[in-house]
Amino acid sequence: MATTPERDLRLLGGSIPYIEGPLKVSGRAEYTDDLKRPGMLVGKLLRAPWAHARLVRVDTTKARAMPGVFAVLKGEKYPTPFGVLPITRDETAIAVDRSRYIGDIIAAVAAQDELTAERALAAVEVEIEPLPEYADPRVGRERVDAPIHEKGLNHSNLQKEVVQHFGDVDAAFRAAAATVRVRASFAGVTHAFTEPQCTIAEATPDGRLTVWSSTQVPHYLHRSLSEVLGMPMHRIRVVKPEVGGGFGGKSDPLPHEIACAALALETGRPVKILFDRDEVFYTNHGRHPTHNDVRIAADAEGHLLGYDIEALIEGGAWSSFGTVTTYYNGVMAMGPYRLPSFRYKGQRVFTNRPPSGAMRAHGGTNIRYSVEVGLDELAEKLQLDPFELRSRNALPPNSTTINEFRVTSTSFRKCLDVVRERSGWADKWRRLPYGQGVGLGCGFYISGSASPIHFTPKMPQCTVHLKADMDGGITVHSMQADIGQGSNTLLAAIVAEVIGVSLDRVHVSPVDSDITPVDIGSYSSRVTFMMGNAARKAAEGLRDRLIEATHQLTGYPREAIRVRHERYEVEHRPEVGATYLEALHQALEGTGALQSTGSYTSPPVGGSFKGARAGTAPAYSFAAYVAQVTVDDETGVYDVEKVWAAFDCGRPLNRLAVEGQIQGSIHMGLGQFMGESMDYRGTRLMNPSLLDYKIIMPHQMPEIECLLVGADDPEGPFGAKEAGEGPLVATLPAAANALYDAIGVRFYDLPVTPDRVLKGLDRRRAESRLWKGH
Amino acid sequence: MTTQRVLRLSINGQPVEVPSPPERILLDLLREDLNLTGTKRGCDLGTCGCCTVLLDGRPTLSCLTLAALSEGKAITTIEGVSSGTNLHPVQKAFVEHGATQCGFCTPGFVLSAVALLRDHPRASRVEVVDAISGNLCRCTGYTKIIEAILAARPGGSG
Repeated sequence: MATTPERDLRLLGGSIPYIEGPLKVSGRAEYTDDLKRPGMLVGKLLRAPWAHARLVRVDTTKARAMPGVFAVLKGEKYPTPFGVLPITRDETAIAVDRSRYIGDIIAAVAAQDELTAERALAAVEVEIEPLPEYADPRVGRERVDAPIHEKGLNHSNLQKEVVQHFGDVDAAFRAAAATVRVRASFAGVTHAFTEPQCTIAEATPDGRLTVWSSTQVPHYLHRSLSEVLGMPMHRIRVVKPEVGGGFGGKSDPLPHEIACAALALETGRPVKILFDRDEVFYTNHGRHPTHNDVRIAADAEGHLLGYDIEALIEGGAWSSFGTVTTYYNGVMAMGPYRLPSFRYKGQRVFTNRPPSGAMRAHGGTNIRYSVEVGLDELAEKLQLDPFELRSRNALPPNSTTINEFRVTSTSFRKCLDVVRERSGWADKWRRLPYGQGVGLGCGFYISGSASPIHFTPKMPQCTVHLKADMDGGITVHSMQADIGQGSNTLLAAIVAEVIGVSLDRVHVSPVDSDITPVDIGSYSSRVTFMMGNAARKAAEGLRDRLIEATHQLTGYPREAIRVRHERYEVEHRPEVGATYLEALHQALEGTGALQSTGSYTSPPVGGSFKGARAGTAPAYSFAAYVAQVTVDDETGVYDVEKVWAAFDCGRPLNRLAVEGQIQGSIHMGLGQFMGESMDYRGTRLMNPSLLDYKIIMPHQMPEIECLLVGADDPEGPFGAKEAGEGPLVATLPAAANALYDAIGVRFYDLPVTPDRVLKGLDRRRAESRLWKGH
Repeated sequence: MTTQRVLRLSINGQPVEVPSPPERILLDLLREDLNLTGTKRGCDLGTCGCCTVLLDGRPTLSCLTLAALSEGKAITTIEGVSSGTNLHPVQKAFVEHGATQCGFCTPGFVLSAVALLRDHPRASRVEVVDAISGNLCRCTGYTKIIEAILAARPGGSG
């Protein structure tokens, strides 16, 4: 049967309010902490106050003997290491023998109430032997006395080193007419979602374990629970209630989730662990603190000749996604430009600080900043308009990058054209008065990693099941994890679109591993593309059954039958046909409820060298942003007044959601640029609260103009690509380049706080360099 | 253990009597004792605004409020904003404008907005921004929240 013609879309492409919106605005949406189970106990975690220590003795006797205490667990009971990447499993549910950062879990308690649990934690006796503390990733690259992990390379704290070289970078720099070098540093930033992590676990006498958790990756959690607890997956049920934001912070299976399950197994009672806000900060898994060094070579016309990049990223105590991050800090420099040579050395180093992991625009944010600031400098050296420089180097559609990324659709050039026009660039750049400026930043991002984290790469990345029964409703089952980005709504809308029914006929089942087929989770901006394709296939299977039924009812050939709203009719005789319900009831005769399955597996993409899969995706999103700023040069305070955001997500399927993702990404990107910082004194995190870790407030947000300019992607569902992470990366360099246009100062250390602005101005004045006459 | 006494409260127009120790925080009383889980716990420190309720009509952080101090006052939680299953105009606007993403902060924003528009039905954008400056949202960048509140004014956003 033919696929649904894109031109006839009824729902998709418009603005579709989120289907769970009415529940969320009325306080009726259920998050994990809103759930109660009969006889539920309170779980609490004892966290290490020392950065690095050998656990000589953890004595739980007194704690266990306290009235109201049902269990006190130490690490030794479940020592199996786990981690989101099968190649770097190095976390345990509870520390075994050694603790590695302030906040590491030493013991877990289940008690009748919170106060008793806290008293029990205080009664756990711990004797330690302090170990050397490592807070500086630059130090940890060499041999150290007490490596944080035994697997650290060469008795160091180096977790991963990546070296890549494509083309001839040295020749490129020899031939260059102009080169620039950007050395930048980036404070760690964290997700700061509003819902603290929460998990409930319940073991029952039928040998089953149920875990409700605020997670982006229910399937990876399912797998890790099985591995660590030694229970087969089919006896474990993972349920994902509503999740109050993730941004990558809930995309690892986390130790407390497994500890909670262990407490449930130990006590036979349901146990809930809810984090205090400081525990959210200590658990972190946020963006890696980063130092990078980017050299760019170009010819006299501004054609890029090569990048030479080094990156040092701080992993904190665990591996998490870090091997991927180490690659991404290089290869995410690859687009959106043609690049004939590329050299990269990346290192990820363990420290005794909270673990780094994946955060929105994972691995692509900091390197993008340095490249885009570098290109701004390069344009100035070559006396080119920054748009012209980028336009001359834009990666064309259907091309292959030097590291063998397959790029199919790209509307990057159109992003540039549209944002230049809409922002009034020609009248503003270098023409606004001193203290005001505009800047351009660009970017690209993966639309789903082509490489699933799986038992075997042959498994689909997403499966969607549909069921239609006599009531005319259609129930959708999939483990795709809606964490607020609107994937439930998109799933329902795709199904409704293809089958031709009202959106309210479609019910998306909550994620429940007993019912919902595997989707590997909400990370790497994969859901729209992969779930969307799987949902479309499943819906087309069901639609074909209804076409068959309409054929039986009308006698007209299947090819002549068209799907209309709530109706299946003959193309040239629209009065002949069947309502959706008539067709459905015909199809149900003799068979009962209809079922249909669709799945998505990435096509084989990427090269065959070591590390070739990092950064491969079935499609890429593209962005070109212009930011406009005003700076007060007496206080250093600046205002990002407006951002024009041209974004290529292919065809936007839900404009409301795409705009929401762009606006939220700009919020998060500007937060990292303007002020967010995980502040450490040595190994101690100094600001584990939302009072001291400053996310952007409403009055700091710029006006945002979303310019959705993408053309249909050939493989995306109805032509769509991702819009969840790519919209972040261009934000930071656009703001930085706008500051330069305003006051003639470059910023290489993030966040760019007002005191750094003042210092930058002092530096410029010390050089006696005037900018716009000042 | 501390002694309990019976608090007499008015919650969403309904008088209730709840035995409660004197140190009970209003947020705990609502969520744990009364199962009114629409009020969210985000930080326990008065920084995020997820636990906002109305106390005699004023937006108040329930995580910083002793339950005993709300005796004799009218408490409105998110559950009291809609009438049965019929949404309040502010709630409808939040749905239509996509002002919820993860939704965890949403009850607090809705209550801040309801209080603002009750007192200032023609609130300006600046007043809207001021009114929600005690609420953090990490998903939306506030843009659609502000649009929704402006649209919920009588006569809409025009």
